[in-house]
Amino acid sequence: MRTWFFTENAYPNLPDADSYESIRVNLPNSHFDPDTGADLYHMYLDMWCAADEMGLDIMNNEHHQTATCMVPAAPILLGILARETKKARLLILGNPIANRKQPIRVAEEMALIDVLSRGRLECGFVRGVPYEVAPANAFPYRGSEKLWEAHDLIMKAWTHHDGPFNFEGRWFHARQVNIWPRPFQQPHPPVWITMGSANSADQVAQRGHTGAVFLAGYPNIRKIFDGYRQSYLENHGQDAPLDRLAYCAMIYVGENEKAAQEGANRLLWYMTSNKVATQFNNPPGYHSPSVAANIMRGTTSSSGLPLVPKLDEQMALGNVCAGTPEQVFQQIKSFWEYSGGFGNLLMMGQAGFMTFDETINSMKLFSEEVYPRLKELTASYDPGAMRELRTSTPDVQTVDIGSLATQFVR
Amino acid sequence: MTTVNKTTIKLPGVDLQVLRKGSGPQVLLLHGDDGPEDRLPVFDRMADHYDVIQPVHPGFAGTAIPEHFDNLQDLVFLYMDLIDHLDLKDAILVGFSMGGWAAAEIAVMSTQRFSKLVLVDSVGIKPGGPFDRDIADVFALPPSEQTRITWHDPLMAPDPATMTDEELQLLAAQRVALGFYTWEPYMHNPKLPHRLHRINIPTQLIWGESDGIVSPQYGQALKNMIPGASMVVIPKAGHAPHVEQPEEFMKHFLDFAKS
Repeated sequence: MRTWFFTENAYPNLPDADSYESIRVNLPNSHFDPDTGADLYHMYLDMWCAADEMGLDIMNNEHHQTATCMVPAAPILLGILARETKKARLLILGNPIANRKQPIRVAEEMALIDVLSRGRLECGFVRGVPYEVAPANAFPYRGSEKLWEAHDLIMKAWTHHDGPFNFEGRWFHARQVNIWPRPFQQPHPPVWITMGSANSADQVAQRGHTGAVFLAGYPNIRKIFDGYRQSYLENHGQDAPLDRLAYCAMIYVGENEKAAQEGANRLLWYMTSNKVATQFNNPPGYHSPSVAANIMRGTTSSSGLPLVPKLDEQMALGNVCAGTPEQVFQQIKSFWEYSGGFGNLLMMGQAGFMTFDETINSMKLFSEEVYPRLKELTASYDPGAMRELRTSTPDVQTVDIGSLATQFVR
Repeated sequence: MTTVNKTTIKLPGVDLQVLRKGSGPQVLLLHGDDGPEDRLPVFDRMADHYDVIQPVHPGFAGTAIPEHFDNLQDLVFLYMDLIDHLDLKDAILVGFSMGGWAAAEIAVMSTQRFSKLVLVDSVGIKPGGPFDRDIADVFALPPSEQTRITWHDPLMAPDPATMTDEELQLLAAQRVALGFYTWEPYMHNPKLPHRLHRINIPTQLIWGESDGIVSPQYGQALKNMIPGASMVVIPKAGHAPHVEQPEEFMKHFLDFAKS
């Protein structure tokens, strides 16, 4: 098991949520104080550097026009980390390539980071959440077709070393493509793609990339991971390696239950602060008409995040792991076994107002007391035994998951 | 009263749904963002005088967007095929909102099969500069604001709370189609103002005075680009004057169509 420390780099110092319509897209940037912002950027970079020192790997991402994530250009921060860190692998999850107009530029940025870090890049591609549609001005209909076309172009740009080629696709055109530098890792850095359904998992598995799932919880994880494993087996004639699957949960480890609960409640800011106006939640062409209709009616949150999250419910769902090291280990183990196994844990370990110290405390407890046991657990992974365990454990019937039923792809 | 004849016409690459009613001179009616107009009184009133032919833009009214479609130009070429297929002669071309844009695109290519053109609260041009909001960004407005700018009487707006799942899903699918045809450049073709001079048939613009999506001033700018065009503004009506003031709308339509 590899664990990737992740924070979305929020700017949490906001007025009362009742005073604005949406934390995303149209919240005026007069609320952003550059001095505070500078302090926060340095704090977040320090957290990632601490992760490196603790033996954790690093994940970052980007969003646009939002206080929930101050990073509109993830490659810039990852470029800094390529220089500042020594051992950690550097996962960007990811580049919103359906929304970016120049896939070649993405291929170049990623190659640079890979070379600078001497081959520590893990390169993720994502379709992007609905509220990215307006800032990117990218009509989301056929978004996954667009994503895969950009993907094909980037892969070719990375792996083609004999001089220029041209590309004339449906969505993208490129002339005399011949990127400098080329990637450090050969033939290319590992590729990750987010997935939110068995269908999207199939697409990822066909290509043998790592498929990452965010906060799908017990209700959804099996159908997505099963979809991946089945497709991988069909396409590659062997079981999917454990490292091709990743799950992102919010994790807080405390010295005792009380401390853990306090920390986890602060971590829950990620969900509770996500006030998004309907028009940005539900751009035409992002969701299926049936999901879009539910959002228009106001019964579903389109982000896949619950309308009113509560810690105990989120823990029961498998979205949040919180407790003492022993409790957190048991929670992850239970979810890991239920899901059929995965080799990458994306640890959302900081959100909102969580300070450097409280974040580091949790990371330390995790890396010293939970992580070694997780590594042991996954080292013992045997596909056959897992299949038996998986078959003997019935699907969990959970409480109402209406608010989480929406496909959640970062 | 005759009923609406719903047919599917096989055109190259697209099976097109067409709603047809009435007899008399032909009217080719291109609907707007709210979908086909055949359930409206105004459609029946027109059918009392004309052979009203209304194709359903693919993506609206439960139909699929063809795989090879990318934007409004595909719709325009589809309708060029339809016009030939139906062998239209001296037809009146009528377009509402985005259907008006499509009608203008058709007219600048050829008016040979048409006698008159009617544009109702049409989009399609951008009179102002890059920072001017000529056409309201309907995809960035909260539902309440969208209602306010679309209707003179907000009570005319469809209310999701009273709609069935099926109706709401249809509405959601039509929003996808609207976005598909109009996303970028937003609701306009920068080349259109340089082509509108080609329209050489009598043209009437009909506009709702309270239209907050494209104002009467926008209509005036469009009118000025079309040689000899005239314009009437209907009070107490927003973006859909034929829905809010059907009597007044029909009076203006018939005055022009029969002149």
